[in-house]
Amino acid sequence: MKALNEMKLTLESRSVNESFARVAVSAFVASLDPTVEEISDIKTAVSEAVTNCIVHGYKNTMGRIYIWVGIFENNVVKIRIRDRGCGIADIAQAMAPLFSTEPEERAGLGFAVMQSFCDKLSVRSTPGKGTTVTLIKTIESREQC
Amino acid sequence: MPVRIEKNKNLTTAYLSGEIDHHSCVLIRDEIDKTVNMVAPRELCLDFMHVSFMDSSGIGLVMGRYKLMHALGGRLRVSGVSRSAMKVMKLAGLDMLAKIDCKGETK
Repeated sequence: MKALNEMKLTLESRSVNESFARVAVSAFVASLDPTVEEISDIKTAVSEAVTNCIVHGYKNTMGRIYIWVGIFENNVVKIRIRDRGCGIADIAQAMAPLFSTEPEERAGLGFAVMQSFCDKLSVRSTPGKGTTVTLIKTIESREQC
Repeated sequence: MPVRIEKNKNLTTAYLSGEIDHHSCVLIRDEIDKTVNMVAPRELCLDFMHVSFMDSSGIGLVMGRYKLMHALGGRLRVSGVSRSAMKVMKLAGLDMLAKIDCKGETK
């Protein structure tokens, strides 16, 4: 299915860009007239995914984060966040709540947040090649209510 | 500065503001811990009234301060939490660790 509207964004994996990434994605989705809660859900999920690229994917190195957002029929939003970092060997373990490879003040709840704040989450990863996270959320446009 | 701290032996309050994410939370954490280790208050309150955004980094922030206060024999309180931040905190079960007051509840 072809997107009705789409955008791409490439960022360096600096933590200062986390804020820009979530604001840019939520501003793009704003054309669907989402509720305050929906916007906040999207911002939070994007923030988790981008933070994962920085903290885990690229760890102490600098790399690029590729974000793509597509808006489809019936207000379906697809957000794909990709890095070319270290990848995840065991995705099920990485997604388990409270699991963290960096226990120092990281709660290990990034994937749990993405899962509960979006309708669908999928993760594809190849060790040594990188990780792609896809978030899908339907915006219940206020116009339709 | 994303945090302003009111020091008091009985109750030390950290007024957080702006966005709490992995980037901002390092600075906030260091600032709070420096004060808490110096004052060793009986109770620490993290005030979220002026926090406009929080992701799961905020969970680490609250859990870490809970552990610190627990080690010092003190208590932790969290106040002024918005609906969306509460959603993140509840996901982690933080409401079972500390007393959390939401925005709009006067205390």
